[in-house]
Amino acid sequence: MADKNTQAPSADTLSEASTLEMLKRERRANNAWHKLSRNKTAVIGLVIVVIMVILAVFATFIAPQDPNAIDIAHTYLKPGAAGHIFGTDSYGRDLFSRIVYGARISIFVAIGGTIVGAVIGVLLGLVAGFFGGIVDSIIMRIMDGMMAFPFILLALILMTILGTGTLNVILAIGIANVPNFARIVRGQVHVVKNEEYCNAERVLGASNARIVFRHIFANALSPIIVYFTLNIASAIISEAALSFLGLGITPPTASWGNILSDGKNSLQLAPHIATISGIFILLTVLGFNLLGDGIRDVLDPKQKR
Amino acid sequence: MAQDAQEVLEKTPESGRILTVHDLHTYFHTASGIAKAVDGVSFTLDRGKTLGIVGESGSGKSVTAASVMRLLPKNGRIESGEIIFDDNDMVTIEKDKLLDLRGNDMAMIFQDPMTALDPVFKIGSQMIEQIRIHDHMSKAEARERSIEMLKLVGIPNPESRLNSYPYELSGGMCQRVMIAMAVSCHPKFVIADEPTTALDVTVQAQVLELLKDLQQQLDTAILLITHNLGIIWQMADTVMVMYAGRTCEYAPMEDLYARPLHPYTWGLLDSMPKLSDAGKTDLKTIPGVPPDLRLTGACCNFYNRCPYATEHCRTEVPKLKEILPGHFVACHRQNGVNKLTRGEVNAHE
Repeated sequence: MADKNTQAPSADTLSEASTLEMLKRERRANNAWHKLSRNKTAVIGLVIVVIMVILAVFATFIAPQDPNAIDIAHTYLKPGAAGHIFGTDSYGRDLFSRIVYGARISIFVAIGGTIVGAVIGVLLGLVAGFFGGIVDSIIMRIMDGMMAFPFILLALILMTILGTGTLNVILAIGIANVPNFARIVRGQVHVVKNEEYCNAERVLGASNARIVFRHIFANALSPIIVYFTLNIASAIISEAALSFLGLGITPPTASWGNILSDGKNSLQLAPHIATISGIFILLTVLGFNLLGDGIRDVLDPKQKR
Repeated sequence: MAQDAQEVLEKTPESGRILTVHDLHTYFHTASGIAKAVDGVSFTLDRGKTLGIVGESGSGKSVTAASVMRLLPKNGRIESGEIIFDDNDMVTIEKDKLLDLRGNDMAMIFQDPMTALDPVFKIGSQMIEQIRIHDHMSKAEARERSIEMLKLVGIPNPESRLNSYPYELSGGMCQRVMIAMAVSCHPKFVIADEPTTALDVTVQAQVLELLKDLQQQLDTAILLITHNLGIIWQMADTVMVMYAGRTCEYAPMEDLYARPLHPYTWGLLDSMPKLSDAGKTDLKTIPGVPPDLRLTGACCNFYNRCPYATEHCRTEVPKLKEILPGHFVACHRQNGVNKLTRGEVNAHE
């Protein structure tokens, strides 16, 4: 059992190269992208999301007209009319251009709001879960208090306090989302913090901050990613709801909620306005949901193949 | 407690002394009472030496180690006693200093290597991180050091292994990585808490051999916690037998095996299976169960399981006394007069 055996076991070295090669292949097979690409519904979700994001990012190039250009002579044109594939709205603005620019606002607000909620929620959840005791009680009781309000009501209250405006919509949606993130993360921290590697890190000199923000965070990341993706979908609906109620994005800026709200007034005269914006909301929400579910399947270690 | 023992211990030269634990009491405060997990334990450890702590589950071995490392859970407290590590008072030490000592001067190897490495980071990034906490060096230098350490612990292809995730390594490999991480900053003192319990026997022997090698190269002191007397025999210079939070016997390794004095030690030694007895006799056990740690401290803790217990054992807690040179035992029946001998074990039965 002497040195030679432990230092350089010859049989071990021989097989080592092929073992590494095998590991590489296995790693590729278990690679997140690889697994995601085999999941059909997730791919559909991803495609929808990518299309919407492209619309949003390249709105200036894609939109054929200025989304706010009023043309009183051509109001309520039906879809397919010359130069207006989705028709026009009550002011004669090109609906396709408005939808494209609306994608930019809606997706930006949804992702921004989710990021705000995730950052604050994750921080609070990590701190509450790791330190426990009185800190945990205070943070989580506040979260419970926030959760007691229906989401849309809470967002409405925040919007009335903050006032309208794109940034305020983001803040309102973000703050209303904090409790969900905090809860998920806290639960995950409770699982992870009693793992032996946290102790091992500690005896090797890691500080609390390092253990929490590097090791525990990294181990709690997969449910956060999944919830993040799914939450974007609900944030899109929240933005639409707020705008529909007149407390979200201020007109004339186009957002899907605004367009839907406009369409409501002319539902009998021009049903296409509400229908098309509604379909875009639906598709995008569906896309993010499918993608989120797909990511969950990929990150779930029990589904390893 | 154990005053007599401490006086003698303090006479030994201080030169290579790395750790002195004196009359340590660590209690756990639970809803149903105070559990005296460590109740008056003293020992010392010198550079390059190994102290083995042996005892059954719940005897306070791991809590002793956790006290030294200051890794106790929230409801565990060091009630009294001293822990002096390399001129630092570990009981009152400040947090910053503690973080500095851990991983740098003292390190620990865990029971189950598969769970002691963070599963989401590569071996390399964990090693590099751990080295860079303590030594201010560039990532590339830390990487070099990591490769060196992996070589030292006998991992083939260290460069490519840095890119492996823990789940891609076997238990023995993981334990080697853990050992590499533990010794990467050349600590003066390593706690090995049942380092081979989760490994199979051949790997166990390799890991122990590796630990021994590294100890010689780096002049590290090791506190080895185990319930396996065979490992103690292989590794330790001094042995401490613990039972229900107290020291039963504390002796140089050869001495303990040649002349064990405490009835509990006899019980432990008797319950080791011997090849020569294979198939002839049933495995011997110590009848009864260890006492509830919330209720200990009124009598000799081994009283209810000891075949030699007397009235005296029920009324007074035995103190740790030096019976033979360097050989301490806490037993009323081993107090000079009226000595028990192990031969009587069989005579009695």
